Amino acid sequence: MKTAVIVFPGSNCDRDLAVAIESVTGRKPEMVWHGESDLPDGLGLIALPGGFSYGDYLRCGAIAARSPVVRAVVEAANRGVPVIGICNGFQVLTETGLLPGALMRNEGLNFVCRDVDLTVENSQSIFTSRYDAGETISIPVAHHDGNYFADADTLDRIEGEGRVAFRYAGSVNGSARQIAGIVNASGNVLGMMPHPERKIEAAHGGTDGRRLFEGLLEAVA
Amino acid sequence: MKLRIVVTLKNGVLDPQGKAIEHALGSLGFSGVGEVRVGKLIELDVADGITDTDIDAMCTKLLANTVIENYRVEKQ
Repeated sequence: MKTAVIVFPGSNCDRDLAVAIESVTGRKPEMVWHGESDLPDGLGLIALPGGFSYGDYLRCGAIAARSPVVRAVVEAANRGVPVIGICNGFQVLTETGLLPGALMRNEGLNFVCRDVDLTVENSQSIFTSRYDAGETISIPVAHHDGNYFADADTLDRIEGEGRVAFRYAGSVNGSARQIAGIVNASGNVLGMMPHPERKIEAAHGGTDGRRLFEGLLEAVA
Repeated sequence: MKLRIVVTLKNGVLDPQGKAIEHALGSLGFSGVGEVRVGKLIELDVADGITDTDIDAMCTKLLANTVIENYRVEKQ
């Protein structure tokens, strides 16, 4: 599977993500700089990494969402190319409008950095097919602005459509309905605050994140 | 022309920074402080001929996230 990792000034999880993807797919992702206006052809996956794109000035992910490369990412997503945004990548995806809602400052104002338990809500997506619905997995979070917000109608709609992919098993950041990750209506775009790329090998303390990438490889290859 | 754009969180959207400030004012002994809301002030120098449509577009496309924020434009 040919993949691309988008790199913004301020991305700091791009290398972790590239290592994780290579470890699962056996193929190095192309690292694509934010100023590019075109993406490589034939991508099976586009990944937006965590970090602090453009210093998170204005709002988290806001300026990245208007960068040349993200215009190309939005076009690709609308053509059905799978896109995953992790942490800052999730913030970027909500800012583009590919995913509904917004990520706000954590309710407790603290930067939260620890392993959290997540419930897999839906195992039907290309991102979650290697998990069982209702299963609890452990994935690290590291964020200051992970408090997912959407109005009640939007929340009801995405819940009704089975678009909540992951939910925090406990209180982490004040997210509406403890939502940790959602997919778009077509199911090819996932945004999540926890970092699956940091749970790939036993040395990381677990491999619960690996299955996300394995499922994708199986779905896309 | 100078524009001042005030971006605030919509009513009903939790403002943890405002809450922290409210709490700190209380612990400094200021009584009678109700809800505190924190916003952003963005000052822009723009050409005199700029249209309101352009100003609105700047606000809705970048300066405010209308999912959670309102904005107000002051011309000076």
